Amino acid sequence: MRNEVSDVLNQFRQGDADAFEALFRQHQRAVYGWILRIVRNPSTAEELTVETFWRIYQARVRFDPAQGFEGWARRIATRVALDWLRMRRTESEVSFEVCAEAAAPAAADPAVTAEIRRKTALAFGRLPPKLRIAATLAVIEEQPQKDVAAALGISVAAVKVRVFRALRLLRKDLEQQGIKP
Amino acid sequence: MKTHDEDSMKKLLRQALPPVNSDAGPGRDLWPNVLRRLDAGVAAPASPGWAWFDAALLAGLVGLVAIFPVSIPVLLYYL
Repeated sequence: MRNEVSDVLNQFRQGDADAFEALFRQHQRAVYGWILRIVRNPSTAEELTVETFWRIYQARVRFDPAQGFEGWARRIATRVALDWLRMRRTESEVSFEVCAEAAAPAAADPAVTAEIRRKTALAFGRLPPKLRIAATLAVIEEQPQKDVAAALGISVAAVKVRVFRALRLLRKDLEQQGIKP
Repeated sequence: MKTHDEDSMKKLLRQALPPVNSDAGPGRDLWPNVLRRLDAGVAAPASPGWAWFDAALLAGLVGLVAIFPVSIPVLLYYL
C-alpha cells in the first residue's frame, strides 16, 4: 500500500497524467474545504481549487514525495486563496458581509445585534489579507495553529502575532464606528 | 489589548462569521475544469483589479515619451 502511494507520487512528479488525476480525486475535497474556509464562497472555492491543482501540476518537479502531498497541496491552496483575497478585495469583503447576514441568529448572543455582526464582518473584510487569513483559520475556523503556520509557511509564533494584530485592528475599526466590543 | 479583550473580540468575530461547513465538498466534478485549465497553458486568468493600473501605466509612459522624447534611451536602458 505504502509502495503504491509512493509510486503514484513519483509518477506524478514525472508528469504522469493518470497519477495526477488519482491525486486530484483523492485530495480535491480536502483542498476545496480548506479554500472554502478562507474565501467563504462555494463557487469561488471551486474556481480556486481548479487554480490550485493547475499550480500543483506546474510545480510538480519541486515536489518532494518524502514530505507528503497533503501539506504541500494545502500550502499552495493557501497561497492561491491569499492571492485571490489580495486581488479581489472588494469581492471578498462582500462575501464576508453575505456570511454575516447568513449567520444563524440562534447561535448568537442576544446582546449582539445583527447590525453589530454585519459591521464586524465588514470590518473584518477590510483587514489586510495576510492578517485576515490567519485570523480566519485560527479564530473563526479554529484550526490548530500548527496547521495554520504550516499552510502559511510561517512559525506558530508568527501566527499568534498576526491573529493578535488582526483582532487589535478589528477592535480599532469597530470603536471608530462607535461599537464597543 | 488584554487577554479578556482578545477573548471578547474572538467571540464577537465567531458570532459575526460562524465557521463554514467545509465537509460537503465541491458541488460538481472539477476534473474537467482542471483539464481545461491545463490546456489553456501558462497564462493565469487576468486580474481585473490590475487592468486599469496597467492601462494607466502605459498611458503615462506614452505621455512621457511624447513630451520628453529624450527619455526614450533612458527607458530603453531600464527595460
